[in-house]
Amino acid sequence: MKPIDIADVQAYLDTFENKPVYIHLETTNGAYAHHVDEKAVNAGAFIRNAKVVFTRGKITGDNGTFRVGLKLDSGWIYTEGLTDWTVTDAGELLLAGHDQEGRLFVALQISERPFRYE
Amino acid sequence: MEKHVVVIYPHPDDESFGAAGSIVQFRKQGIPVTYLCGTLGEMGRNMGNPPKANRESLAEIRKEELLAACNVLDIEVEMLGYWDKMIEFEDLTEVALHIKGYLDNIEPSLVITHYPGHAVHPDHNALGKAAIEAVRMMDEGERPVVWAQAITRDYRETLGEPDVINDVSDEIDTKMKAIFSHTTQAKGVLSQFTQGGLSEETIQTEIKKRFSTEEFYIWDFHM
Ligand SMILES: [Zn+2]
Repeated sequence: MKPIDIADVQAYLDTFENKPVYIHLETTNGAYAHHVDEKAVNAGAFIRNAKVVFTRGKITGDNGTFRVGLKLDSGWIYTEGLTDWTVTDAGELLLAGHDQEGRLFVALQISERPFRYE
Repeated sequence: MEKHVVVIYPHPDDESFGAAGSIVQFRKQGIPVTYLCGTLGEMGRNMGNPPKANRESLAEIRKEELLAACNVLDIEVEMLGYWDKMIEFEDLTEVALHIKGYLDNIEPSLVITHYPGHAVHPDHNALGKAAIEAVRMMDEGERPVVWAQAITRDYRETLGEPDVINDVSDEIDTKMKAIFSHTTQAKGVLSQFTQGGLSEETIQTEIKKRFSTEEFYIWDFHM
């Protein structure tokens, strides 16, 4: 992946507007957060292959971390802390936030076809 | 002497961090070892530093790393195909029967897995439980011995002195080579267990000390 360029990512987001797309959304602080630090709580969530239509997708932010909001007919999808992006050979848009050790702590991915699920 | 050893853990790298030394000891005696690896660790957060993998490429990369590690350890590997993080949400009996299929086929004399409830990661606990259930389903006379591995901080206080305490310091170099076959994972995992600010040399010594013993509890099917 490479550091996010707002204009490039925005151009990709635009191509997914107003059509059914599959979303992978996740956040995690790792399965060992509590094991390593007793005061920490393991926190995380993911949705893989939620099928939605968004009418507007927008990326904002500065100083190297970015937010993406997707406006749905009846709600929103929101992500913050994104730092890097790429597009796979299958045309999937991948956005992720990595910490200083290269560990992923948040991800938002959009694709016209389902992401691999088995 | 063991006839065949089956190692059952959920993630590529559990075999290297958890049991590589014991595995090498078995292989030195010519005993076949098969690793049943539950998932491809596809939901892991270590992507390499700097990140080399992404969420979509991680499965394939970790599969390659797993094959490399199993090559270092000179063992067979079967991938069970579960989704990382989700084993505890599968049907326990279904997973146990899936594992039992392999055990019926291989007829091991020893099974190594995680100690359910004392293995920190929900996948470890769930797959350990399923592996033990698979053995329990076998006729009593046919059952392999089960070595269960606890990895909580306080397992010795909770469970008492382990039944098997393997000194693997003679195998540590191969073990470290297996661990570092998991290129995207090794550093990230190891850094969690060492304090910052230490010299590379101190870290290496610390890691070798930490991973030079492998401990297991022999599962009691009558309790
Ligand atoms: Zn694991």
